[in-house]
Amino acid sequence: MSAHRIANACRLNGAATVNFTFDGKPYQGKAGDSLASALLANGVVLMGRSFKYHRPRGLLGAGAEEPNALVSVDRGGGRFTPNLRATAVEIHEGLDARSQNRWPSLETDFGSINDRLGRFFPAGFYNKTFMWPRSFWEKLYEPSIRRMAGLGDAPSDPDPDVYDATYAHCDVLIVGAGPAGIDAALAASASKKKVFLIDEQDELGGGALADPALWGWLAESLKDLARLPNVTLLPRTTAFGYYHDNFIGAVERLTDHLPDPGHQAREKLWRIRAGEVVLAQGAIERPLVFEGNDVPGVMLAGAARTYLHRFGVAVGSRVALMATHDSGWKDLFALARAGVGVAVIVDLRESVDPALLAEAAELGLRVELGSAVIGVSGRLAVTGIEIARADGSGRHKLACDAVLMAGGWTPSVHLWSHSLGKLEWSEEWGAYLPGKANENVRCVGACGGNWSFGSGVHVGQLPTPKNPALLKAFVDFQNDVTAKDIALAIREGMKSVEHIKRYTTNGMATDQGKTSNLNALQLASSALDRPVQAIGLTTFRPPYTPQTFGALAGHAKDALFQPTRKSPIDSWAEAQGAVFEPVAQWRRARYFPRTGEDMHAAVNRECLAVREGVGIFDASTLGKIEVVGPDAAEFLNRMYTNPWKQLEPGRCRYGLLLREDGFITDDGVSARMAPDRFHLTTTTGGAARVLNMMEDYLQTEWPDLNVWLTSTTEQYAVIALQGPKTREVIAPLVEGIDLSSDAFPHMAVREGTICGVPTRLFRVSFTGELGFEINVPAAYGLHVWKQVWEAGQAHGITPYGTETMHVLRAEKGFIIVGQDTDGTVTPYDAGLDWAVGKKKPDFVGKRSLARPDIVASGRKQLVGLLTDDPNEVLIEGAQIVADPKQAIPMTMIGHVTSSYWSATLGRSIAMALVAGGFDRMGETLHIPSASGKTHTAKVVKPMFYDAEGSRLNG
Amino acid sequence: MILIHCPYCDDIRPELEFAYAGEAHIARPADPSALSDAEWEKYLFIRANPRGRHNERWRHVHGCGRFFNAVRDTVTDKFELTYKAGEPRK
Ligand SMILES: [Zn+2]
Repeated sequence: MSAHRIANACRLNGAATVNFTFDGKPYQGKAGDSLASALLANGVVLMGRSFKYHRPRGLLGAGAEEPNALVSVDRGGGRFTPNLRATAVEIHEGLDARSQNRWPSLETDFGSINDRLGRFFPAGFYNKTFMWPRSFWEKLYEPSIRRMAGLGDAPSDPDPDVYDATYAHCDVLIVGAGPAGIDAALAASASKKKVFLIDEQDELGGGALADPALWGWLAESLKDLARLPNVTLLPRTTAFGYYHDNFIGAVERLTDHLPDPGHQAREKLWRIRAGEVVLAQGAIERPLVFEGNDVPGVMLAGAARTYLHRFGVAVGSRVALMATHDSGWKDLFALARAGVGVAVIVDLRESVDPALLAEAAELGLRVELGSAVIGVSGRLAVTGIEIARADGSGRHKLACDAVLMAGGWTPSVHLWSHSLGKLEWSEEWGAYLPGKANENVRCVGACGGNWSFGSGVHVGQLPTPKNPALLKAFVDFQNDVTAKDIALAIREGMKSVEHIKRYTTNGMATDQGKTSNLNALQLASSALDRPVQAIGLTTFRPPYTPQTFGALAGHAKDALFQPTRKSPIDSWAEAQGAVFEPVAQWRRARYFPRTGEDMHAAVNRECLAVREGVGIFDASTLGKIEVVGPDAAEFLNRMYTNPWKQLEPGRCRYGLLLREDGFITDDGVSARMAPDRFHLTTTTGGAARVLNMMEDYLQTEWPDLNVWLTSTTEQYAVIALQGPKTREVIAPLVEGIDLSSDAFPHMAVREGTICGVPTRLFRVSFTGELGFEINVPAAYGLHVWKQVWEAGQAHGITPYGTETMHVLRAEKGFIIVGQDTDGTVTPYDAGLDWAVGKKKPDFVGKRSLARPDIVASGRKQLVGLLTDDPNEVLIEGAQIVADPKQAIPMTMIGHVTSSYWSATLGRSIAMALVAGGFDRMGETLHIPSASGKTHTAKVVKPMFYDAEGSRLNG
Repeated sequence: MILIHCPYCDDIRPELEFAYAGEAHIARPADPSALSDAEWEKYLFIRANPRGRHNERWRHVHGCGRFFNAVRDTVTDKFELTYKAGEPRK
């Protein structure tokens, strides 16, 4: 008999029996067991396979630090969670847990061939081996490595669970409900402060749960705290990150421990702002580094005491202790007093506290001082150890079925480090302790270095007479990093801990080196013969332990991932069967297919309908800003490239907006409604950016200007009617506006009513046809749209979407900012110098238009392209070369920015940014494609239709 | 999440309500055309980027909408103080 349940005092006495399975095999545990303790109680010590070498692994610890026993839990219906630490999984009736990273079974795993091949996988293996060529990495190396090395499988089904989230505020937040945390909570609660006490475990108590002498105190204290109205106790809650200004992120697990999760939220994300934070996170015991220290059954001494007292499980029947620290002796005495057989106490120190020796003698325990374990026998479970004196003499073997390691303690400074608190090296602890705080926070108990636990020595690796080049003595259990790997990294020139970490992957597993960082530092310190403090320390980052994506995402998924902005016409378009596309956060109708039409056919039909009759288009998403005040014209004159002061009320102007560096950032047609009032439009995606930019200049550069800016994007529905028959459609609906061409010319605005609704009626065109844009209050938008739609039936009115809008404007060479420009295009590059007021002394970006690199020749300029084969439609983004016969990599002189089939012209058209493009008119350029075919196209002016503009003035 | 004091609202609000707006006290020249290329380059592109105390602009974009100035330590991310636009450098 090895690990087993024992009858005497533990916290689970009298607990109900719970049935669960592990790898499909049924087991029984007790209510309150972790999966780890329940499996141990059933004699199961093999719980996982290691990441790289597929070595058999058992439990190292009993808490959050566990690196080996990673399992998957399947609750059915898509509820599948990989990579859970068995020490943190509470068993419940029907729990279905599975081991990972093994095939076909945990006992017989083909991947363990990696262990025999270990000498081929040294530190830096990935860096050295898989560098080139890239195709080998994508097709061969990565898939093979993914198959052989790894963690659990990612779930393939959508997560059916819902996740809750909340904000909370408190005066004092205490993380960790061990004795120190509970004391802090009692003290804080006495002053009537609002106190939160949170702990990652299902049961509050921390280290006290493994100490029967404290059970009475613990029960009383928790009863007191539970009674206090100003105290909130949050068990099963992991504080995973400490952010600025005492902002703590924590996840509370609500249903994973229940036999039936029902429909309530699985987890709850707490965002807590605390006046003061008290960290009481305790300390994590350090393993010792020796050959075979990862054989199942070799574990931390403190963990063995936790399994004994909290869960009533003996980790073995004949237990050995390898210690460099007093605390392990006390753990072993507890086991011995509970009736667990002891093989030997081995301690590296030549002398120890006489009191320990006396207690060992009283219990009749064999003690070997000045000695070390130098090997472990057994593959799937420990069967014995080999011991030698520190000088290598006196080698002998002993049988045992568990080995406890006591290498000292590492304070849990994870959250402290997140808060940017300083760390100071402590020789006594052989570890870093909290120093100067960066927030209103303090550490109490073991994580603050305040804990009496005896003394010890700290060594990177135990002495051994064996050849160090052949040893498998593990430092990082989760990433399979050995002492040999760290030695190799140092031999190959890695000197700082950051380099050693990345080269060996030590501390880079999901446990962030909770049990390995300090041993790696000690090893590096010895090898480099420099003090540990000189090696540096890697930075802990959130999360403290892995958290689910579900908890972090909360409600922000699917349709709620981000808001979808819909225009007032959206429901009509949907009822018409429109196909939508996202534009910024808006969803816009892209085209309106009729039965049997694909996008190409629908767009061709819509384009011709606008050119020959009348089309109706929802332009409500255009950004709109109302600019009001006596200095409104002066303000716009300074912002835009063109002159605004002489613009008469009732007239519109195309405005081009630059950044101060001279590059185009937005454009749009705007109208002067009154001497002190302008109706600006911006691109759909640029509205917020433009308003922010204008506010910036108004508030900080020209606060003397008397101007007010108001976003009116959502106040108006905008119905664009385009095509030669437009006037006939709206004429019967409009009142108070003379629609004749003389009274209402192109680029003018009038106010009146349409369908009885007040309107700002713009005569503008983004298609090159006669056009009007009807602005009405958003709430009336759908009403007016439907009336116009009805009135248009006699004229064959056709709804069109953004795709047709793109084609029609490209036929006219109108740019789309962000598609035909990319943030490095000036008005000159875009052929828009006509829109720049050259006589204006200043406007935003003007000085930059004289910058040397902007007046230099050879800049990319916007041109049109006509393919030699009119049926070829170039791919947007395709690169352009002058000579297709040149060697690869070719010199790319530009790229295609817009490209469409033009039904109006019966051929393809394209726009492109090409180096020196204006001087290349008539030149033939080449566009190689991924298929291997190289297209040829002639450079032309980007104006493909009605160059004289007769249609829009009709 | 940092807490930021808006000098216009005179209230401490979470970072989510604010937007960063670059280094403070870089005034747009009154007559850009009078500047040499080097001077214009300095205005456009050259920033202090200090390690430590930094005068910078923020906007209470999801609040009062005002731009204001702040002194923040770029190492610790701590705000020393905030003050209204137009007030002298602090
Ligand atoms: Zn404010």
